Amino acid sequence: MSSRIRTELVEVNMGPQHPSTHGVLRLAVTLDGEVVVECHPDVGYLHRGIEKLAEMRSWIQFIPLTDRLDYLASMLGNAAYIYAVEKLGAIEVPERAEYIRIIMMELQRVASHLVFFGTMALDLGATTPFLYSFREREDVLDLFEMVCGARLTYNYFRPGGVSRDLPAGFAEKCKAYIKKQRSKLPEYDDLFTNNQIFIARTRNVGIISAEDAINYSLSGPSLRGSGVAYDVRTADPYSIYDRFDWHVITYPTGDVMSRFMVRVMEIRQSLNIIEQALDALPEGELKYKMPPRLKLPAGEVYHHIESARGDVGVYLVSDGGEKPYRLKWRAPSFINLGALNSMVKGWKVADIVAILGSLDVVLGEVDR
Amino acid sequence: MSELTEKLIRDSFPDAVVETSDVFGTLNVKITPASLVGVCELLHENGFDYLADVTAIDWQDRIEVVYQLTALERNEKLALRVDLNRDKPEIDTVTPIWRGANYQEREVYDLMGVVFAGHPELRRILLPEDWEGYPLRKDYVIPD
Repeated sequence: MSSRIRTELVEVNMGPQHPSTHGVLRLAVTLDGEVVVECHPDVGYLHRGIEKLAEMRSWIQFIPLTDRLDYLASMLGNAAYIYAVEKLGAIEVPERAEYIRIIMMELQRVASHLVFFGTMALDLGATTPFLYSFREREDVLDLFEMVCGARLTYNYFRPGGVSRDLPAGFAEKCKAYIKKQRSKLPEYDDLFTNNQIFIARTRNVGIISAEDAINYSLSGPSLRGSGVAYDVRTADPYSIYDRFDWHVITYPTGDVMSRFMVRVMEIRQSLNIIEQALDALPEGELKYKMPPRLKLPAGEVYHHIESARGDVGVYLVSDGGEKPYRLKWRAPSFINLGALNSMVKGWKVADIVAILGSLDVVLGEVDR
Repeated sequence: MSELTEKLIRDSFPDAVVETSDVFGTLNVKITPASLVGVCELLHENGFDYLADVTAIDWQDRIEVVYQLTALERNEKLALRVDLNRDKPEIDTVTPIWRGANYQEREVYDLMGVVFAGHPELRRILLPEDWEGYPLRKDYVIPD
């Protein structure tokens, strides 16, 4: 008898204003009862035409715009662009600047993963972990403020170096932070990671196989959560990551829990890298002077780095002038979002929030 | 490694390769638009399981679409390039091979106006559906 009950599919809009969508994102969801049949992300609310804007700015003037893509990991946005510019222009970087960059990039990864930890908890109804992780992130922002004066949009990297040397007392403060952060991580686990409700909401939920994850071009922790050990830092090495003792984190299951755990464990790896970089930081003053006008030779380059959300690729085409002829930004959040529909199908509407949260998208980067 | 890949493409599709170049160590292969899907299927079967990026460049006399591929297992990178007629830029979709191409091709369509034949839902993605013109074209006039 039950199969004869007439049911209708219902269309539900989640967003564009919705606390769990991490920004301005609309999900057009088709539901059969509580079960998701289709889920189509509608993006573009924050589209600013960054790639077109790049064509109207000099190579140097574009740096501040890279802060405004993935605004939870602006240092890594800076880095992606600057490494591409340096590759095309064959620009040398002093040792000390490279170590400073490593410290900044990994601090940024920690800060970004802390936001993820907090918002993931918040999405699942736990408000306290959010306060914990933002408390520690505040210390990272203080360090960034010390270095470049800004707390969110840093504009710190320059072709051939960074905008200024580390201030006096930075290393001590940074080491104190690492110690504090390490002591807090078990507290996070006690409070949240080992929580029964959290485990029930995330284990075996929203599974994507390694094969599918690769086919959908997922990257970053969302790909490594499916057991694929692909990290640009080791797969296509840049900067000086090969000088430090660390390893790529993967979890095999491909569920929400795996993607969550990859990020939590990456915090520890990043802290290790920062600590080693601080110890190995070459002494002396940073000798670096930015050319007042930068021209890049005609040609093109595709360079990518491992950002907090995945594989950020920067494709530059130069006609030999002071401005990019074409600039393309491969945004991992945008591409990862493309797999959402296949991941939420068949799950309950409440799981959408958990699965979307586990992809850790930033809409500034999705929409560009 | 990339020599083998080039040989593989040339052996299977003798007429497909227009030119090859080396861009900072990555093999770039320009192929004819008609051979794209065949070459992509061949590469996919031979380890190129990851489509990293799809983009297009307006050279004013033509539009060039560039696909960045990676073979994750052996860590090999390759870029495929095709030149399209700027007045009617059209190319077959590669979404059936790499589903990750879906959003990326929609983006290229949205901003550069390249039509991907056979794409499952080719419509604008970042701009509003009633937007006119393709902003990343060089002759695009920015509205006030």
